[in-house]
Amino acid sequence: MIHFDFEYVKPSSAEEALQLFEQFTANGKKVMYYGGGTEFISRARMNEIMTDVVIDLKAIPACNVLEENTEELVIGATKTLTDLVETNFFPLLSSVIRLIATRTERNKITIGGNLMSNLPYKEGILPFLLADSKLAIATKKGIKKEKITTVFEEDKIRLKEEEFIVQILTDKKVVNQAFFNEKKTKQSKVNYPILTLAALQMEENIKVAFSGLYEFPFHSKEIDKQVNDHKTSFDKRVEKVIKLLPASIIDDMHASSKYRQFVLKSSLVKMLENMEAVSS
Amino acid sequence: MTKQEISMTVNGMEKEVFVRNADTLLHILRAQLGLTGAKPGCNNGDCGSCTILMDGKPLNACHMLAVEASNKHITTIEGLTDTTIQDKFIQKWALQCGYCTPGFVLNCYALIENEPNANDVEVDEWLDSNICRCTGYQEIKESVKELLRARRAYG
Amino acid sequence: MNQKNFTYVGKDIQRVDIEDKAYGRVKYTDDVMEPGVLIAALHTSTHAHAKIKNINLEKAAQVSGVHAIITGEDFPYPVGPMLADRPPIAYEKVRYFGEPIAVVVADKEHLAKYAASLIEVQYEPLPILQSPREAAKKDASLIHEHLGKYTTMVEGVHAIPKTNIANLTKIRKGNMEKGWEESDITIEANFSFGPADHVALETRVVRAEILHDGRVMIYSSTQGPFYVQKMLSEFFNIDAGKISVQTPLVGGAFGGKGCVQLEFTAFLASRAVGGRMVRLVNTREEDLVTSPVHLGLEATVKLGATRAGKLTAAQYEYYFNTGAYSDMGAGMSKAGAVDCTGPFKIENVHTDSHCVYTNQPYATSFRGFGHPELTFVMERAMDQLAKKLKIDPLELRLMNAIKPGDTTPTQVHLNASNLGDVSACLRKLKQLINWTGEERTITRDGKIKTKGISSFWKTSSTPPNATAGTILTFNTDGSVNLNCAAVEIGQGTKTVLTQILAEKLQLDMKKIHITVEVNTQYDPHQWKTVASSTTYLAGRAVMAAAEDAIFQLKQVGAVALKCLPADLEVGNGLVYMKDSPEFYVKIKDLATAYKYPNGNSVGGLILGAGSHVVRHLTPLDPETGFGKPGPQWTVGAQAVEIEYDPKDYTYKLLKAATVLDAGQVINPKAAIGQMRSGMYLGLSWASREQFMFDQDGVVLNPQLRSYDTIRASEAPDYLVDFVETPLVDGPYGARGIGEYGVIGMAGALSNSLSIASQVSLHELPLTPEYIWQTVNGGGK
Repeated sequence: MIHFDFEYVKPSSAEEALQLFEQFTANGKKVMYYGGGTEFISRARMNEIMTDVVIDLKAIPACNVLEENTEELVIGATKTLTDLVETNFFPLLSSVIRLIATRTERNKITIGGNLMSNLPYKEGILPFLLADSKLAIATKKGIKKEKITTVFEEDKIRLKEEEFIVQILTDKKVVNQAFFNEKKTKQSKVNYPILTLAALQMEENIKVAFSGLYEFPFHSKEIDKQVNDHKTSFDKRVEKVIKLLPASIIDDMHASSKYRQFVLKSSLVKMLENMEAVSS
Repeated sequence: MTKQEISMTVNGMEKEVFVRNADTLLHILRAQLGLTGAKPGCNNGDCGSCTILMDGKPLNACHMLAVEASNKHITTIEGLTDTTIQDKFIQKWALQCGYCTPGFVLNCYALIENEPNANDVEVDEWLDSNICRCTGYQEIKESVKELLRARRAYG
Repeated sequence: MNQKNFTYVGKDIQRVDIEDKAYGRVKYTDDVMEPGVLIAALHTSTHAHAKIKNINLEKAAQVSGVHAIITGEDFPYPVGPMLADRPPIAYEKVRYFGEPIAVVVADKEHLAKYAASLIEVQYEPLPILQSPREAAKKDASLIHEHLGKYTTMVEGVHAIPKTNIANLTKIRKGNMEKGWEESDITIEANFSFGPADHVALETRVVRAEILHDGRVMIYSSTQGPFYVQKMLSEFFNIDAGKISVQTPLVGGAFGGKGCVQLEFTAFLASRAVGGRMVRLVNTREEDLVTSPVHLGLEATVKLGATRAGKLTAAQYEYYFNTGAYSDMGAGMSKAGAVDCTGPFKIENVHTDSHCVYTNQPYATSFRGFGHPELTFVMERAMDQLAKKLKIDPLELRLMNAIKPGDTTPTQVHLNASNLGDVSACLRKLKQLINWTGEERTITRDGKIKTKGISSFWKTSSTPPNATAGTILTFNTDGSVNLNCAAVEIGQGTKTVLTQILAEKLQLDMKKIHITVEVNTQYDPHQWKTVASSTTYLAGRAVMAAAEDAIFQLKQVGAVALKCLPADLEVGNGLVYMKDSPEFYVKIKDLATAYKYPNGNSVGGLILGAGSHVVRHLTPLDPETGFGKPGPQWTVGAQAVEIEYDPKDYTYKLLKAATVLDAGQVINPKAAIGQMRSGMYLGLSWASREQFMFDQDGVVLNPQLRSYDTIRASEAPDYLVDFVETPLVDGPYGARGIGEYGVIGMAGALSNSLSIASQVSLHELPLTPEYIWQTVNGGGK
């Protein structure tokens, strides 16, 4: 049970949301944006977070868009994970998010919520990092479009306090490219990942990104380069990738660092076996 | 204003309840509407024993705020008048302590209504939303698969 | 199956509670909500071992709606079922992460929780022990400084003061020197696993109130309503007759609801607010960590055998991890010793079974009561021995299967009644799973399919005076009310007991109304619904009550029919003459007195009463273990088939099989459900369930998203079959069966995986990382 009380508002436009944020903040209130709310409820009931105001974004029409136009796939930030899997506009995305939590939970978790999650995994981000997607962000100065790689600094998407994601925009040309993904857990399918690997064919090359190795999702151009080194064997490429890792892989209750490394190696090899077969 | 009166349709009837914004739908269903079929197995969205249907979709009532159900249609186990699943569970002995049963029944109902052509992988995916600690799942899986076959054969 | 012609026993009679459950109509304990009930919330320890320097309640007390806040100071006396070593609320120190430190009672749940979050505790950390082997060492720091001064509540608890050993059970059977001399081959192995949990889907919950005349009213989701009454009576000095405990249907238990914890707390909370009704319900996190858990174990086994495969000697050293308090851990360490050899004939046995304190959540009974633990260890060791001897594992077990005429580790003489048929179970298992030896089948995509087996046995560690009773009253329509205090936790006991009565009275099930809820004020006394003993105890009580009712029916019937009682038979709602059934009188015309045509009445009410008590149980000799700990041994054999991926060390559970000697299966469908249930629980435990601790003893996975359990997609198919060697004094020959599906699963799974991975696996849970570690030769 959440033991603290808060105000709940549900604006019907991005402007209204920003206005409300400003008003409440000016009055010294702590304000949080609310999507699916599953993470909010879990953290609030365990006293991990506290807020005076909740701004529910789900009534904002722009956040509920899910369509393909001539150039782009437009995904509203408050679309649920199940919505995205069912419509399947972006197969890698569907495949990755289908493994997050349970289906009933995915009926509530929003893609925006997953991208802004406090947990280290944020697996929904991986396909967008690979596809070089853009984020449409609500700001004081109107809707700003930024590349996800620009706003994703170090370990998470960094926005100003009052900003929120309205939509994710992905180049239509890449959504149907060949892909591979795998989620490895400690044992059960339904559990946090030890490693989630996602790979997307971008023109001639494979791009690959990971969740679970660190406290944040991770993609590196240098690693991509090694992965695409057709002159060396899969095993050798994978060894080089390990050497390129920027920091030591985490050690936690789900897996040791060494075991994660083993899992990373086998997943990379599996990915290469799957994808090189397609591209060659 | 941290509390408010909201209106929602529960099992076909309009209900008005006065809630804290911080109350979950599960809490309101049980404590204010006396609909105790949905159970608080974890209050964290992990076990599915609080599964209800909102506009036909299965959701964990513990993982949403009551205010989010404002003006929505909620179905709980008490309001599931199509008793095909319950009857099948009885026929197949698909329960023991019964605590997970309402959640499973509603999830299975939604599965059969929404995806009558679900294959084994999809059935597994839906059923993985609910934990059972008594049966070992065999009878539940068999019940759902038999009903899907019947639905596909007879409509 | 037995050739007897039963009408109800042995039939797939539909569960009496199935409709209410399928339709979601059941009111479990916390589904009953009354206005005005106060809510209790806990503030629990963030340290695993620390002195409590100060508890600041100031801010908490200022929260509006708070009626009272209690701490250990309000009741600084330890309680416990075997050793009274646990203060209901932490007193002076905390011994595990999650231990209750204060209880807030408030008008509303959110206010109680808010106030609880404002309580400030100052701790002075103490050294933390997380391994029972380490904690058992002579110079280990003490978790219980006053061990030795604690009241012993039952016989057979041998604590060692100035250590962390709450109980030591010794088995000294035969002559070990001779045994080792006779051994051509020996194996020795170490095993370990940490604590796990019951995870019943309904968390523990209690409502308590104290009426003005001092009567205590408890509403609890417990396996032992009379046990709660007993414990509250003993520790709070209240006459048992003034304590009423009520229990409706229970949403799963698995042994975790067999002891008393929340009831103490809720009583104290109610007392603090002048006796007003207080509700205390566990969050899932509290249910996992604060409330008792499934114990861990570190063990060493040494087995000796002749080259031909005959077991000659066995030595067991167990260090059971009972956590911060002993609760029923002390009983399980004893139970592990009592049946340490598994269902095998071994004449020379040396066992030291320690129940050891650690700074981890404390343990209570878990389904199987020490046997899943001892069986994992023994059955894995048997496969190791089989490998060394180059004998087929199933053949090795058949060769050594214990039989009537042999003795148990505590030297109980076994006969064809008090021991099921182990060999028959093994032979039937061989057929059921098509066992052709220790084979590894390689599939087309490089996976490896293997089967692993395990045998098991268990006797119930009931107290020597465990009883059950039944009262039968008749209604004016000739139907019967069956009143007995067995708790329905999902096992189907209410159905099975109704069947037994139906058989005895030859009366349609629909004419029997069994009381589903238990109320200690109206129900006859019964030992807790645990230990697979309820069919036996309550079943015999039902039969005794039925016989009593039949006697009375025949007495009055003889008057009505102008004959002798011996001329009469009872069946189908009638009392009739054996040789001329056309002369009968309806039960409904006798039930509330028989009326002559002229209006005179005779007979009074038919009131059936019966009970049963276990017999001839004795305590164990503290030096040798000699004694009779239980009434009978249920036995069986199990197997697990897996598909293992040698590339990434993952595996799929394909099939789990059990062959159980049930004596007489009362309800086949229910019995199959029980076996599947146990197999699921045993496999989930063995393959993935465990608490994860950091070096400070903090539980890292106190939620169901991170405390891993098997879900539908990863459950195996289940195969079940039965052997029936009647238990002579069981109801219709039935043996207890409830727990057994769990017992051999860890052994069978570890055996199957060891064959597949070609390394010997000795730890639980059997995760891919553990297998990878073992295969690649690394330690931790």
